[in-house]
Amino acid sequence: MCHMLTRRIIPCLDVKAGRVVKGVNFLGLRDAGDPVEVARRYDEQGADELVFLDITASHEQRDIMLDVVRHVAEECFMPFTVGGGIRTIEDVTALVQAGAEKVSINTAAVVSPAIIKQTAERFGRCCTVVNIDPKRVSRDAFEEHLKENPGLAQDMCPDLGDRDVVWEIHTHGGRTPTGLEAVSWARHVVELGAGEIVLTSMDADGTKDGYDLEITRAVTAAVGVPIVASGGCGSPQHMVDVLRPLSEGGAGADAALAASIFHYNEYSIAETKQYLAERGIPVRQAQAVQM
Amino acid sequence: MIGIVDYGMGNLRSVQKALQRVGADAEIVNAGEQVDRYEKLIVPGVGAFKDAMTHLHERQLIEPIRNFVASGRYTLGICLGLQLLFETSTEDGLHEGLGVMPGRVVHFEPDDPALKVPHMGWNAIEPAKDDNPLLAGIESPAYVYFVHSYYADPAEAGDVATVTDYAGRFCSSVWRDNLFATQFHPEKSQQVGLKMLFNFAGLG
Repeated sequence: MCHMLTRRIIPCLDVKAGRVVKGVNFLGLRDAGDPVEVARRYDEQGADELVFLDITASHEQRDIMLDVVRHVAEECFMPFTVGGGIRTIEDVTALVQAGAEKVSINTAAVVSPAIIKQTAERFGRCCTVVNIDPKRVSRDAFEEHLKENPGLAQDMCPDLGDRDVVWEIHTHGGRTPTGLEAVSWARHVVELGAGEIVLTSMDADGTKDGYDLEITRAVTAAVGVPIVASGGCGSPQHMVDVLRPLSEGGAGADAALAASIFHYNEYSIAETKQYLAERGIPVRQAQAVQM
Repeated sequence: MIGIVDYGMGNLRSVQKALQRVGADAEIVNAGEQVDRYEKLIVPGVGAFKDAMTHLHERQLIEPIRNFVASGRYTLGICLGLQLLFETSTEDGLHEGLGVMPGRVVHFEPDDPALKVPHMGWNAIEPAKDDNPLLAGIESPAYVYFVHSYYADPAEAGDVATVTDYAGRFCSSVWRDNLFATQFHPEKSQQVGLKMLFNFAGLG
């Protein structure tokens, strides 16, 4: 077999006030809410990377998240990304200093795109992840939103061709339209310095019906940085679909993020990877080593 | 005792903690005059080449690191720490590195649009040299974690310790006498990476 860069399988953990929420359901886990325990378990299972999403509402509780990051970095020897609630370059700096390998910027990237550039300049493109959350809207609605969002959105002036439906970037978990079209926005964040994009389809998120292959294909084909597909995963087959190369009819994503299928033990990481390997998707299996 | 060079770029705790996990003592060292006190040295780092050299210069770490390598003591560069060992890098202009390893650092230019830059994720390393003590007890192919857009192109083929396939084969680690360096992150490469750090700590 030819050895090559493997596709990454990434469990996503929601953290609120320092605790993992959304019921992680590992057998024999003493404390299912402890981010370090959960991370360690995923580490053992051979997850390729972890994403911690801070869903704490108040900015005052950011220090708790920094503690979580510090502990995970000291206990788990695998890459991980931290996102959620990052507003300023100071937030980014604190997370990196606490040990986050990469930081993932969402709303702030739309509100003040300079943060992307600042992060890339200070910590490198490789550290700079931008989350983009597209949702399908009618062309009329999009054009309305464009008028309501002068400045950046209008400057980008996307070519909509004869499309009736537009993938529009939303913030605040899909509630706030921005007037930004997903593919042109993806190109823009890469120009500013994003080294990776986490693409979460607001239409697919939470459905467990599979990733949004159409939008993933469009973004993967448009930019040269790795794309992490997110939203909608309900089975390992969904990962096969989104990770298969564009040239083979897949969506060409470099990594697949999932939450509930892992947390509720529907599938283990090892089973998932086995399934992918049998279908020709290159994956890495955890390697046991004697010290 | 192992010294981990801190020049203000990135978090060094994970390297330190990984060494502790495998039973090795390590301290952070950020002043040039302290470098000479250690038995082994690790040069880690993430970020931009130019900034890193500027910081090393400001903290007067350049000569102490060169002298340390020349003294024959074991030294390990990680990621940007590997790149800094070379003579030049083309990242953001042309910049001089520490020059303790002949060669240059260049950007990935894949012909295949499906290959993304940065090269990010888990890829296999294949030994290019026999009896590499860092790889003792690790079965081949070993998968390790990479995250980089530039890679080293050693002037002397004999310095290449492992190769990895991405847009053709590139040099994923080097080894010359007492000097080792990995483009990947052993401290982020789970069991395989911990074993390499264990092996490094046990040298000599």
